[in-house]
Amino acid sequence: MAILVIGEHDNSTLRPSTLNTVTAAAALGTEVDLLIAGADCSSVTDEASKVESVSRVLVADDPSFADGLAENIAPLIASIAGNYSHVLAPATTYGKNILPRASALLDVQQISDISGIESEDTFVRPIYAGNAMATVRSTDVLKLITVRTTAFDAAGMDGAASVETVSGGGDAGLSKFVGEELTRSERPELTTADIIVSGGRGMQSSENFVLLEKLADKLGAAVGASRAAVDAGYVPNDYQVGQTGKVVAPNVYIAVGISGAIQHLAGMKDSKVIVAINKDEEAPIFQVADFGWVADLFEAIPQLDSALE
Amino acid sequence: MKVLVPIKRVIDANIKVRVSADQSGVELNNVKMAMNPFCEIAIEEAIRLRESGKAEEVIAVAVGPSQSQETLRTALAMGADRAILIETDPAPEPLGVAKLLKAVTEKENPGLVILGKQAIDGDNNQTGQMLAALLNWSIGTFVSGLEVNDGSVRVTREVDGGLENIDLTPPCVITVDLRLNEPRYASLPNIMKAKKKPLETFSPDDLGVDVSPRIEVLKVIEPPARAAGVKVSSAEELVEKLRNEAKVI
Ligand SMILES: Cc1cc2nc3c(=O)[nH]c(=O)nc-3n(C[C@H](O)[C@H](O)[C@H](O)COP(=O)(O)OP(=O)(O)OC[C@H]3O[C@@H](n4cnc5c(N)ncnc54)[C@H](O)[C@@H]3O)c2cc1C
Ligand SMILES: Cc1cc2nc3c(=O)[nH]c(=O)nc-3n(C[C@H](O)[C@H](O)[C@H](O)COP(=O)(O)OP(=O)(O)OC[C@H]3O[C@@H](n4cnc5c(N)ncnc54)[C@H](O)[C@@H]3O)c2cc1C
Repeated sequence: MAILVIGEHDNSTLRPSTLNTVTAAAALGTEVDLLIAGADCSSVTDEASKVESVSRVLVADDPSFADGLAENIAPLIASIAGNYSHVLAPATTYGKNILPRASALLDVQQISDISGIESEDTFVRPIYAGNAMATVRSTDVLKLITVRTTAFDAAGMDGAASVETVSGGGDAGLSKFVGEELTRSERPELTTADIIVSGGRGMQSSENFVLLEKLADKLGAAVGASRAAVDAGYVPNDYQVGQTGKVVAPNVYIAVGISGAIQHLAGMKDSKVIVAINKDEEAPIFQVADFGWVADLFEAIPQLDSALE
Repeated sequence: MKVLVPIKRVIDANIKVRVSADQSGVELNNVKMAMNPFCEIAIEEAIRLRESGKAEEVIAVAVGPSQSQETLRTALAMGADRAILIETDPAPEPLGVAKLLKAVTEKENPGLVILGKQAIDGDNNQTGQMLAALLNWSIGTFVSGLEVNDGSVRVTREVDGGLENIDLTPPCVITVDLRLNEPRYASLPNIMKAKKKPLETFSPDDLGVDVSPRIEVLKVIEPPARAAGVKVSSAEELVEKLRNEAKVI
């Protein structure tokens, strides 16, 4: 049977998380369908039809799907899920919001945040903030799964899928989108960036974060933060890396003034190379760092900046 | 309006868990347990709603082994009015928990159910969404701002791109994120008072709910450890290592 992937997008472009999820789907079966539920989303459909491994793009274009409201989209997923052996969504705030609702409608126990596939019913997932890895087997006939995007490569864009329309779900009359304050940035996005420069409580203020931003721009990096830095208001919430923020796995993660609490490590310890800059040589972050530099960040960052010239 | 707050007893967030030798799970013997931090935030929010006159009663409910009573007493000491324990060992999977909570919701008729966005042990991030689906209620997930008005509830949600505002038609299910509030500590007099507050116990059978698991845990292992790193002592040395040794910049 075929695999269904729930595509994440903003009605104009496909989110990269969709591409990682398609790769996971392609590991489960050869026929992969990609659902695009949105409003006036034809540019997304075009893009979706080029994703490698996708056989069919299913488009549900309706005003009630514009804003990713779970109450409207979950019934659509539930209505077509019967044609599939697996339904996969990215474990992003979009997927985490919608898929459990569809699972409950289908009486399926969802498997969250898988980082590995052992067979068509057996998966690996981190639990306890990644301090343990559980191998779990689903006994449900239909499987609903969210996928840890950093654990799967992005699918290429040289496919040629057919496009079909589907309907179902629609305005449940339960919720209404009012507005959003999205963080605009010219820098790469955290979850897909090759390099991340991340700051913690040691940064002391939002003004000081400018130091990190300058360094990030020199490296073509994204900027992240610990929960302490977000709670203190130095940077917006979407910068948070960790168990309850974003999970990232760049080529290089540079942690500056971050102690390395378990909850922070949960979000970044799969990075290829970890650099830690901290004035406390006992800081736990050094236990996971490939390159550790015991230094005062206010001296270290400007020096690093010039060394990169 | 009543507010129902499901809370979970988990390993304390400050403890580094250890995988058990037989790979069946993690070591729970003699490990400090506590209320899931997100559930503390949920309880706090419900109490504030009552204090501001928007709610009349706060009911804490836990699904799990009998020791979950301690967690419920903590909620009562923080200010919840009464508690319900649905006794099961171990706690069921999120779908089972959601079915039990649906039964309690139908008995109690709350206007709001406030949960944590995730439990820090299973890290599933499902229960609230599933409960809302089973009740066919509106849902606000990952909430960092909550405004309860007559006939509508406005939530601010923390999403990957920033913040989002949504209006929900009550009754609704809310799952809370970290920055909604700072939970209070229970004072000693309140801890004493909490001992006398009502706590009812039910079994899944009493509620007519089947919670048989759908997922088998085959094994639980430690994640691969990272190889030991090296210390550098200057910016030049660090840049050299990143450029020529790791070849990542
Ligand atoms: C339920 C729950 C969920 C959580 N989720 C997350 C999460 O998703 N992400 C997350 O990050 N945290 C999370 N946390 C919080 C986590 O436990 C830590 O409190 C947090 O990560 C600490 O942030 P920090 O390292 O910036 O601050 P601190 O622990 O205060 O560390 C600051 C560090 O900066 C160093 N420093 C200070 N000044 C300088 C200087 N001038 N130069 C160099 N170094 C300096 C200090 O030596 C110290 O090591 C969670 C906690 C709980 C309970
Ligand atoms: C190693 C391991 C082995 C396990 N083995 C089994 C097993 O053999 N059989 C089995 O049935 N389950 C098993 N579980 C499931 C586990 O006990 C969790 O209860 C279950 O996964 C719930 O998921 P969660 O707590 O991550 O939910 P989430 O959806 O992350 O929780 C979100 C919120 O829902 C509410 N909530 C969740 N659970 C409860 C609860 N119990 N009471 C009250 N409110 C709650 C809280 O408000 C919480 O903040 C196992 C889990 C692990 C990690």
